[in-house]
Amino acid sequence: MGNAQGIGAAVKRKEDRRFLVGRGQYTDDVTLPNQSFAVFVRSPYGHAKVNGVDAKAALAAPDVLAVLTGADVAADGLGGIPCGWLVKSKDGSNMVEPPHPALAQGKVRHVGDPVAMVIASTKAAAKAAAALVEVDYEPLPAAGLLANAIAPGAPQVWDEAPGNVCFDWHIGDPATTDAAFAKAAHVVELDLVNNRVAPNPMEPRAANGSFDGANDQYTLYTTSQNPHLTRLLLAAFTLKVPEHKLRVIAPDVGGGFGSKIFHYAEELLVLWASRRVGRPVKWTSDRMEAFLTDAHGRDHISNAKLALDADGKFLGLRVHTYAAMGAYLSTFAPAVPTYLYATLLSGPYDFPAIYAEVKAIFTNTVAVDAYRGAGRPEATYLLERLVEQAARQLGMDRVELRRKNLIRADQFPYQTQVALQYDIGDYQATLDLALAQGDYAGYPARAAASKANGKLRGFGMSTYIEACGIAPSALVGALGARAGLYEAANVRVHPTGSVTVFTGTHSHGQGHETTFAQLIADRLGVSTDQVEVVHGDTDRIPFGMGTYGSRSASVGGSAIVKALDKIVDKGKKIAAHLLEASVADVEFKDGQYRVVGTDRVKAFGEVAFAAYVPHNYPIETVEPGLEESAFYDPKNFTFPGGTHLVEVEIDPETGVVEVASVTIADDVGVIINPMIVDGQAHGGLAQGIGQALLEEAVYDAEGQLTNGTYMGYCMPRAADLPNFKVGNHVTACTHNPLGVKGVGEVGAIGVPPAVINAVLDALAPLGVTDISMPATPEKVWRAIQAARAGKGA
Amino acid sequence: MKDFEFHRPASIKDAVALVAGTSGAKYLAGGQSLLPVMKLDLAEPPALVSLARLPGLADIRVDGGTVAIGALCTHDQVARSADVAKAIPALAALASHIGDAQVRNRGTLGGSVAHADPAADYPAALLGLGATIVTDRGKHAADSYFKGLFETSLADGELVTAVHFPVPRRAAYAKFAHRASKYAVVGVFVAETAGGVRVAITGAGATVFRSAAMEAALTSSMTPGALDGITVPADDLNADAEASAEYRAHLIGVMAKRAVAALR
Amino acid sequence: MPKLTLSVNGQPRTIDCANATLLVEALREHLGLTGTHVGCDSSQCGACTVHVDGRSVKSCTMLAVEAEGAAITTIEGLAKGNDLHPMQAAFKEHHGLQCGFCTPGMVMSACDLAARNPAPSEGEVRHWLEGNLCRCTGYHNIVKAVRAGAGDMNGGK
Ligand SMILES: Cc1cc2nc3c(=O)[nH]c(=O)nc-3n(C[C@H](O)[C@H](O)[C@H](O)COP(=O)(O)OP(=O)(O)OC[C@H]3O[C@@H](n4cnc5c(N)ncnc54)[C@H](O)[C@@H]3O)c2cc1C
Ligand code: FES
Ligand code: FES
Repeated sequence: MGNAQGIGAAVKRKEDRRFLVGRGQYTDDVTLPNQSFAVFVRSPYGHAKVNGVDAKAALAAPDVLAVLTGADVAADGLGGIPCGWLVKSKDGSNMVEPPHPALAQGKVRHVGDPVAMVIASTKAAAKAAAALVEVDYEPLPAAGLLANAIAPGAPQVWDEAPGNVCFDWHIGDPATTDAAFAKAAHVVELDLVNNRVAPNPMEPRAANGSFDGANDQYTLYTTSQNPHLTRLLLAAFTLKVPEHKLRVIAPDVGGGFGSKIFHYAEELLVLWASRRVGRPVKWTSDRMEAFLTDAHGRDHISNAKLALDADGKFLGLRVHTYAAMGAYLSTFAPAVPTYLYATLLSGPYDFPAIYAEVKAIFTNTVAVDAYRGAGRPEATYLLERLVEQAARQLGMDRVELRRKNLIRADQFPYQTQVALQYDIGDYQATLDLALAQGDYAGYPARAAASKANGKLRGFGMSTYIEACGIAPSALVGALGARAGLYEAANVRVHPTGSVTVFTGTHSHGQGHETTFAQLIADRLGVSTDQVEVVHGDTDRIPFGMGTYGSRSASVGGSAIVKALDKIVDKGKKIAAHLLEASVADVEFKDGQYRVVGTDRVKAFGEVAFAAYVPHNYPIETVEPGLEESAFYDPKNFTFPGGTHLVEVEIDPETGVVEVASVTIADDVGVIINPMIVDGQAHGGLAQGIGQALLEEAVYDAEGQLTNGTYMGYCMPRAADLPNFKVGNHVTACTHNPLGVKGVGEVGAIGVPPAVINAVLDALAPLGVTDISMPATPEKVWRAIQAARAGKGA
Repeated sequence: MKDFEFHRPASIKDAVALVAGTSGAKYLAGGQSLLPVMKLDLAEPPALVSLARLPGLADIRVDGGTVAIGALCTHDQVARSADVAKAIPALAALASHIGDAQVRNRGTLGGSVAHADPAADYPAALLGLGATIVTDRGKHAADSYFKGLFETSLADGELVTAVHFPVPRRAAYAKFAHRASKYAVVGVFVAETAGGVRVAITGAGATVFRSAAMEAALTSSMTPGALDGITVPADDLNADAEASAEYRAHLIGVMAKRAVAALR
Repeated sequence: MPKLTLSVNGQPRTIDCANATLLVEALREHLGLTGTHVGCDSSQCGACTVHVDGRSVKSCTMLAVEAEGAAITTIEGLAKGNDLHPMQAAFKEHHGLQCGFCTPGMVMSACDLAARNPAPSEGEVRHWLEGNLCRCTGYHNIVKAVRAGAGDMNGGK
């Protein structure tokens, strides 16, 4: 009975109802008694000295409670916003880790850098007063663009980081890589830019802090993907009050995509301000503020070289990447272009040699940190552009070149040249599945039909791999992580057999309230209606590391399974007593404890009841109650992978690229809920296609974000996208109890190079060989013009 | 947003008097251009005079050779009007591609015409059809109405009450929409009218304008091919992150041909 | 402050608010109807979509005072007791929501479409949703849900 809602069932989501009737509770929906409101005064300059802040007029404005500045932050001893990962340079030196005060002290280093905080009893009053704060800025030369931050003589974001270099890191073996290139029959080279994008969850960030002086207790409502991490950083680094005095609640969160992982200054400031003004303080970002202050993603400039032998077998890969960090180091920023990017450069391919160098660069922009895929999309884009270029340059079939180099199913576990060991996969199978589902064989006919309509059709693909559930703690600790990466769960069985699960992961669209309930249903045989999943509140959940990097099912789900193991075991002891059998003779199946080989059974509910009403109970050896906690520290990453196929149709007159079809075949491991898994893939695809065709956060040299509204920054809309064909081929992860891998990011990782490869395929007959993301109509049109002119000349 | 006085007069006379009475006061129609600007504190009118209760401004009448559309008709109303679709299908189609559904439910013809956004769609139809803008105090010919960036021949406080569109023999509008904002990067309205061929271009310049060269070419042959080789100089065209002047100049040619091909 | 009277989800309501109050602020802050969301400041995301006299409108781009005498329906007003409105039910059935933030606006917008067009094509749905952004779903399942919901609203069930 339970299994109809167990693992593999497309159970409709339990959480939907409250969202559909307008009863979700997002941070800005929370208004506390005596609420006050904060508005920030932010730097309009990319780089400037702050010679003074005059708050007199603002303080005198109606309903204003306080105006706080960097001087107040310093006087009260608040800690700077810390970075969660220490990366060391090639020479063993630590990365440059500049201070990050919550409110600017002396200098501002990006547009949007907060200078003052105005608190008033209404939002309108706070906003009006903020306009009265006078800041004396002395503009300084800025390094707004990665390309100019790395140029000789560029303006310095930090005095302590010459050349704006945060760290100069490498991985792989330069000698074997040199040797591989020395014997190569072909070398293919590309210069690539991975465009900076803004994450844009539809819910803007918000934080509501309240300090209860009577109990010396702080409560923070915040838009966070990981409230425990936020509490840890507040307790240990920024607010500096002990954890038991600090409750962090991340209620319903309207999407995150990475941007809500990080500890932001506003979270600290509303708590601190509440202590100062004696009222709860709420701040809600508007969209323009979100563009300026939410950590962005990507922003790489790379050079890549691929060495092949005469038959097209890959011999080696050499990569040099500049990765923008922004002005301050955000929580995971240094890990993204290193351990989440360069370690993925082997992709799904059998590479005998790889060497990659990564220079992290400060720029006068908002921070760059993890955004859906985090590092893996950058690696995939680079590899798949390069492989496609190789096929074209060598005159080889794009599918066959990949097939020749994919790691074979019999090669697992596969040790790459860049530290990772892939446990399992079947890349040929996902490739075959995608080609079949996408009717690759019928492509020439579709291309001909497009041509007859005056359109250029192109086919593009990518075979990719990614790494989820970053782990294990000991390894990441050795690599510089300043936190563990395990997960915690608590499973509480109630006397009547219903269940509450407390998980340290956070759901902000992923549907954990349903999938985790399915784990319980599957194991205990109860209906998902009998299960409540609680997340997002540090006072209710033992601990947790939150949701990012597609870790929730593989790490969080595994913690739940471990807790369930304990529940089932304890129940067995109780059941054995009730059944007057020995524990060894009792088995648990389909929601029943049974004496093996007999029809003597006790339902799970009866056992639960006995645990709480222990009249007839093995009280000498078993404690009453049925509640267990578990922590799970994964043994390895998980490695989803697959093949993405894209067909585009280009209007040669305007350069408009239309995505005609998207077909993907992924191996995301065991699927708990296929409906939710497909939905996750769809969302990732939209963001990946957005990056490839529509989206780019454009800074100018002075550090002004030139398109920070929805009037300028092009978000994918319904009419920009086709329906998606999604297929799955499962190989079960070998090292977690569920066999799951992760699906949150596959779309955003696999599809961008497939889109660009399709665009280049369509334009190849005209002689176009390169185009950068996003492939906007004008860019495509110009590429066509340039190619025609080149041909004519 | 700064607070302001708010009035909802029931007559045109009162509305005009209210705007005349407070310096900087503005009419409020659908609010789809004015409110976004006020929300950013880029306009801070001391008073708003809502047109919502003015009688008789939301009618569509087809009368012989003229389609008369009241200033308060929403884009949605025009898009869905069977009368408009029959008389000037290009106009109904144009209205159905303004912004998005919610904007079309609020935004009005009069507001669009008064606001004269350089990237708005209606101005192309007004100029392309040689429409007449009717106000509380007179009439303006479209040919002399659009003066420049957000600039028209309306006097301060002059209220647009209707626009009269002469029914053309054939017309079509082709729009290249901004991918993010959905306004026109380039929109070309081509019409075969009693007074000759008219080609009006929006989105590309400071305000909507006609192309004499295209009109001449299409007068001799109303075919897309007739436009081959005819260009609008890029020098005075808008340039922004979405489209350079050169690209806009190119798009004008493409959209003009598409409009010609779609005439009906 | 001016007093304004309107009907919200079928009930007469009176609100005291400044003229500069947006309809969405009146709904969220004065009436506590927080199902209507704010996702942008440039009138583009549609998270704030409500019905004013039956038409979908961005409540962030309308003044509360303009709604004097009008009938407003918000996402909270769609379900009949425990029964989801057919469009809400279709969103659940077809997994047309993930984080739920865009959902109220999507559903309100979709209902307006369904009222005009009982059987919208995929293309018509995609065009209609131009004014509603979703960052989670890639729209695939939203489009499915809207088509199914439109059918159900118009007696398909
Ligand atoms: C997201 C979005 C997308 C849009 N996309 C497009 C698009 O693609 N194409 C396009 O053309 N437009 C677009 N618009 C603008 C929209 O069409 C507006 O509706 C229109 O420009 C203004 O009409 P309104 O009734 O809303 O005027 P309001 O905003 O109320 O007023 C605009 C100005 O005109 C004045 N005014 C209003 N009515 C009159 C009158 N009768 N007489 C004199 N003055 C008057 C007002 O005082 C104000 O200065 C978009 C708007 C938004 C929010
Ligand atoms: S809040 Fe974005 S359109 Fe209203
Ligand atoms: S479901 Fe999250 S924005 Fe649409």
